[in-house]
Amino acid sequence: MDESGQKKKSLDIINARTDSRDILSHARQQANARDFDDVFIVDIDSHIDDISAWPEIMDFIEDPVIRDAAGSFSGGTKRGAFHNGTPGLQWQNVWGRIPHGQGLKEDVDDKTIPREVTLSRRAMDQMGLDYQVVFPNALLYIGMHPVKEMEIHLAKAYNRWLVEHVLPVDQRVKGLLYLPINSPEAAEETVRKYAGAPGVAGFTITSSRHAPIHSNQYMKLYAMLEEADQALAFHAAPNWEDEYPSQLNRFISVHALTFVLCNLVHLTNWVINGLPERFPKLRTLWIESGLAWLAFITQRLDNEYLMRSSEAPLLKRLPSEYISEMFFTTQPMERTNMNLLEATMDAVNAPTQLVYASDWPHWDFDLPSSVWDLPFLDESAKRNILGYNAANLFNLEVPEKYQKRAHAAE
Amino acid sequence: MREIFVANTDEIEDRERVVIVDGSLEIGVFRLGDDFFAWENNCPHSGGPICQGRIMNRVIENLDENKKSHGFLYVDEDVHIICPWHGFEFNIRTGVHPGDSQAKLNGFDVLVRNGGVYVEIE
Ligand code: FES
Repeated sequence: MDESGQKKKSLDIINARTDSRDILSHARQQANARDFDDVFIVDIDSHIDDISAWPEIMDFIEDPVIRDAAGSFSGGTKRGAFHNGTPGLQWQNVWGRIPHGQGLKEDVDDKTIPREVTLSRRAMDQMGLDYQVVFPNALLYIGMHPVKEMEIHLAKAYNRWLVEHVLPVDQRVKGLLYLPINSPEAAEETVRKYAGAPGVAGFTITSSRHAPIHSNQYMKLYAMLEEADQALAFHAAPNWEDEYPSQLNRFISVHALTFVLCNLVHLTNWVINGLPERFPKLRTLWIESGLAWLAFITQRLDNEYLMRSSEAPLLKRLPSEYISEMFFTTQPMERTNMNLLEATMDAVNAPTQLVYASDWPHWDFDLPSSVWDLPFLDESAKRNILGYNAANLFNLEVPEKYQKRAHAAE
Repeated sequence: MREIFVANTDEIEDRERVVIVDGSLEIGVFRLGDDFFAWENNCPHSGGPICQGRIMNRVIENLDENKKSHGFLYVDEDVHIICPWHGFEFNIRTGVHPGDSQAKLNGFDVLVRNGGVYVEIE
């Protein structure tokens, strides 16, 4: 009891089944304290839930034989059907320490709309978001699927399920569609079919793959994206199987290195092969490698390019200049050394090139306060990173109430 | 300074906690044996609900005299509260992170009187 004789309300322990509105109650407190309802915020990367929806997604597979075969998995439930095994996501919760780290398992009573939309709304409301881009966990790995064509079957099913079943339900939920680039033709067909479709913000290549992205077979795809004014994202993922990472014995090491390694390889190929010169209007976005790698790669490539420019003859400027015109997500923002973070943000033109991403509900998610509370950015840079840069990148409509501020940011 | 009644001592089990709300303040009161500790339910990392996380023993590397590793061990006397948002761990007795002495929980004094547990707040 307190002084008035009332017993104090007690808060529950957070476990794997806790409602995400309770897990994120402090996010709502932060949003209130910072008046985020007056700040335009776009979360361009979340991984709400595809595990429970997977059987439903399997019903969208076009090939009748493969669709039927999905029913043979997991005792006929289709759960996890055709996933290529990766231990990564299973390790995310630090052996049970971070309950939401293996996905949200809370109850959702409203069965009239997709569970993903309900969970996305819960997160958006607590964090103070205006839009949230969703991307499925399961697809992060299928670029490495041993059955090459399985990437096409699963990507097509997911894209159709998302566009037809999820995106129409809530204008605030957006999608970056999966490009199955193991088949350039299938990737081109994806762009042809969905560019400009309602709710589609752009297209994603998952970075965990062995595909030289400068290969001639992709030039038509990039030309189509550029022509259609669509952003192209590269989404990082862990990889414990490649030869070098296979020496790592702890998930912390795999996560720290391989979420960066894949995008280091692809970004280096993109720059050194002069893709920014070939497709100057194509906007690229690099997702979930954090920011610290950018201090390294900008200096490293500039230093070597000056000595070996004959190997990168398409370049007319320093590699870092091209990189500072690309877009990068803020998450997971390494912020244990503010001086290094400030210098890194400076190197990549943070006020116009960074976009906020939560990565919710993964273990290393960031809230909008991770950007808002930075001591060295002015308010207009923070507002750009939290929302307006994403609006420019993806041609998102800025809600009426923010219009005045959007003009100010241009 | 004001006192808030938290619970009767027998209502908080060993290696457990209650997390009370007083206006905008949330405080976790933990019990280890006969000792009680009170920490603000606000993680120094990003403001997560630290006191609502799992309670687990500290993990150490099991090295032998030749510096060879034999995996992990739990340390029974070092009990941690683990933030459910991103996993920062803090020693429940000291409120300090095991690998960063600058990362600390905000604490309150606890009084045990006549079978009741109270915290003192400003
Ligand atoms: S807020 Fe507690 S670990 Fe991040």
